[in-house]
Amino acid sequence: MTAPVAADAQVDAQVVVENLVKRFGDFVAVDHASFRIGHGEIMGFLGPNGAGKSTIIRILCGLLRPSAGRVSVAGIDVARDPELVRQRIGYMSQKFSLYRDLTVEENLRFFGGIYRVPRGELAERMRFAIDMAGLGGREKTLVGTLAGGWQQRLALGCAVLHRPPILFLDEPTSGVEPKSRRRFWDLIHALAADGVTVLVSTHYMDEAEYCHRAALINQGRIIATGSPDALKHTALGGELLLIECEALGPALAALRQQAPGVIDASVFGNAIHVLVRDADRGIDELPAYLERRALPPIRIERINPSLEDVFVQLIAADAAKRRQAA
Amino acid sequence: MFARIIPMVIKEFLQLRRDKAARFLLVVPPILQMLLFGYAATFEVYHVSTAVLDLDHSQESRDLIARFTSNGRFNVMKLARSQRGIDKAIDSSEATVAIVVHAGFAELLRKGQGAPLQVIVDGTNSNTALIALGYINTIAAGFAQDYVTDLMQRVGQETRPLQVTLEQWPWFNPDLNGRWFFVPGVIGTLTLVLIVNLTAFAIVREREVGTLEQIMVSPIRPAEFILGKTVPFFLVGLGEVALVVAVGLLWFRIPFVGNPFVLLFGTALFLLSSLAVGLLISTVCSTQQQAFSTNFFILSPFFILSGFAFPIASMPQVLQWFTFVNPLRYYLVVIRATLLKGVGIDVLWPDFVAMAILALLLLTLSILRFRKTLE
Ligand SMILES: Nc1ncnc2c1ncn2[C@@H]1O[C@H](COP(=O)(O)OP(=O)(O)OP(=O)(O)O)[C@@H](O)[C@H]1O
Ligand SMILES: [Mg+2]
Repeated sequence: MTAPVAADAQVDAQVVVENLVKRFGDFVAVDHASFRIGHGEIMGFLGPNGAGKSTIIRILCGLLRPSAGRVSVAGIDVARDPELVRQRIGYMSQKFSLYRDLTVEENLRFFGGIYRVPRGELAERMRFAIDMAGLGGREKTLVGTLAGGWQQRLALGCAVLHRPPILFLDEPTSGVEPKSRRRFWDLIHALAADGVTVLVSTHYMDEAEYCHRAALINQGRIIATGSPDALKHTALGGELLLIECEALGPALAALRQQAPGVIDASVFGNAIHVLVRDADRGIDELPAYLERRALPPIRIERINPSLEDVFVQLIAADAAKRRQAA
Repeated sequence: MFARIIPMVIKEFLQLRRDKAARFLLVVPPILQMLLFGYAATFEVYHVSTAVLDLDHSQESRDLIARFTSNGRFNVMKLARSQRGIDKAIDSSEATVAIVVHAGFAELLRKGQGAPLQVIVDGTNSNTALIALGYINTIAAGFAQDYVTDLMQRVGQETRPLQVTLEQWPWFNPDLNGRWFFVPGVIGTLTLVLIVNLTAFAIVREREVGTLEQIMVSPIRPAEFILGKTVPFFLVGLGEVALVVAVGLLWFRIPFVGNPFVLLFGTALFLLSSLAVGLLISTVCSTQQQAFSTNFFILSPFFILSGFAFPIASMPQVLQWFTFVNPLRYYLVVIRATLLKGVGIDVLWPDFVAMAILALLLLTLSILRFRKTLE
C-alpha cells in the first residue's frame, strides 16, 4: 500500500537523481533513490535520524561520490564535472559552517571573494544578504555571538550571495525557535518565487506543509513522494478515524487484532488513530467491536490526516515490509 | 588565476587577529623558550659539585687540587679523608665528580713518570659527566705542562715530557663560546616547531569545525586554498624569526657577521619548506588529535637528525639519508654560517637549493592531497 505517489515528471528538472546508491563499507546509506526537482520548486526531504538525507545532499554537492546511479544538477553530471556544478549551487550544511570568529560583514565579504562575485555587485549582494537575515545594523557583530535563527538566516544569505539557481539546505531550521523557523520558510518561498530551485531537509514533519513536494526517506529509501495534499489523501491507502478510550493499551491491541476493516492503529497523544479502508463503515462497526471486548469508546470520529499521521504510518509499514523481507 | 588567494589571506589574518591565545603563543613562549634553551642547550658546564681526597699530602697534590678549587667550573664541596668518604659523596649525589690523588703522586712526578689521577664521575647525567671529564683533563694537562716548565727552569736540564694522556673532546673547546654555537640552533629549532604546529592545525581545525565543508562546495581551487593558507603563515614566520633572532643578538650577544639578506633569503626558504610540512600533515589528518600526534612523530626526528646536537657525519648511513628531507638540517648550516662566520651564498647555495626543492615538492604534494570531497 506504500506505492510512492508518482512524481510529475518535470520537463525542466534542475535536479535529476536516478537509482542513486551510496555505501559506506557494507552499510547502505542510500538505497536506489530516484527523484527529480523542477525549476523553482521547493522539495522537502523528511525522515528520521540516519535516514540518509544529508548523504544524498552531499552527493548532489559533489562532496561524496555515489556508489552507483546517476546524479545531475542544472543539467550537469555531478560525477563528471563537480566544479561546474559548484558554480550553480548554494549549500548550507547541517552543521553551522560560517566563521564564528569573523563578523557578519567579514563572512559575507570572504564568501563573496571565494565565489568571485564581481566587485561592483558585491556591495549590493551583501546588502541583500544582510537585509534578508534581518541583520541591518549588526554588520560588525561576531557571527558566533548571534542567536541560532540569525546565524541560519545569515548562512542562507551567504549561500545565495553568488545568485545560484539551485539551493541545497540541510536542516536549516533545526535548533531554531518556531517563530524564526517560520521566517526562514518565508525566505525560502521568496527565493523560489524568483525561480530558485530548493531542496531542503528537515526533522520537523510539520514543515513538509511548506514544501511544494516532499519526499519521505527511511533507512536510505525514498518511501513516498508527493505534494502535501497528495500524500495526505492517497499515500495512506485508507481513511483515518480518531478513537478515544479509557484503556488505550488494550484498545490498541484489540484494534490491531481482527477488528473489521482496520488496516493499522497507533497511539497519538491520548487517543488512537485508526487507519481504516472506509471511514463510514468504521464508525458503524468499530464501537460495537470494542464494546464486545469491554473497551467502549468515549469518542469516535473521522479526522483529516496530518502529514505526521502519514509519515508515522508509512514508516511503520516500511519497517514491517523490511521485516517480512528479512 | 589565483584571485581567491587574497580573500583567503585576509580571512586568515582576521582570524589570527581575533585569536588572543594565538597572539600570546606567538610572542611570549618563543621568547621564554629562547632564553631557556639558550642557556640550557649548551655543552658548557659550570659549578660541578666535586669531592676531593688527597692521600699524597704533597706540595704537588695541593697545587693540583687548588687548580680545581679556584676553577669556576668545579665546586669543591667536600675534602674527604678516606676512600669511603668519596664513595659516600658519589652515592648520595652530594658530588658529581670525585678526584683522588693517591699516595706517591709527587714522587712519580719527580721521577718524571706519568702520575695517575683517579677520577670518579656519576654517570647518571652522562652529558655533564663527559664534559666534566674534559675539563679535568684540561686542568690536569695544564698542571703537567706547568710542572715540566717549572722543573726545567729549576733544574736547568732536559727532562722527558710527562706522560699525561689527554683526550680532546670534539665539542669542548675553551676558546669557542659554546653558547654562540647553540643559540642559532635554538632559533632554527624553535621556528620549525612553531611553524609546523601552527600550520598542522590550519586545515584540520576547519575540517573539525565544519567550515571546510562550506569551502569545499565553493569553486575555490586546491592550489588557491593551500596558497591562501601558506602566505599568512609565511609572514607570521618571518616575524617570528625576527623576534627570536633579536633575542639572540640582544640578550646572548651573538655576533651577526654575515649578510642579513642572505639570512633573510635562507629563512624564507626554510619557512616555506617547514610550513609545507605542516600543511601536508594538515591535509592528511582528519582530526586535530591526529595532527597533534603526527606532529610529535615528525618533529622529534627532525630535531634529532638536524645536526643540532649530534653531528650528521657520525650517524648511520640510513639516518643520514633521512636528513636530506629535513629542512632544519639545511637551515642550521645557513643560520650558523651567516650569523657566526659571515659565509655567503657562494658557499651556501646547495643548502638554499635543497630547501627550495623541499618547499616546492611538499607544497605540491599538499595541493595534490587536498581533495574537495569528504572521502
Ligand atoms: N562517512 C560516513 N561513513 C560511514 N557511515 C556514514 C558516513 N556518513 C553517514 N553515514 C551513515 O549513513 C547514514 C545516513 O546518514 P545521514 O547523515 O545521511 O542521515 P540524515 O538523514 O542526514 O540524519 P540526520 O537527520 O541525523 O542528519 C547514517 O546511519 C550514518 O551513520
Ligand atoms: Mg543529516
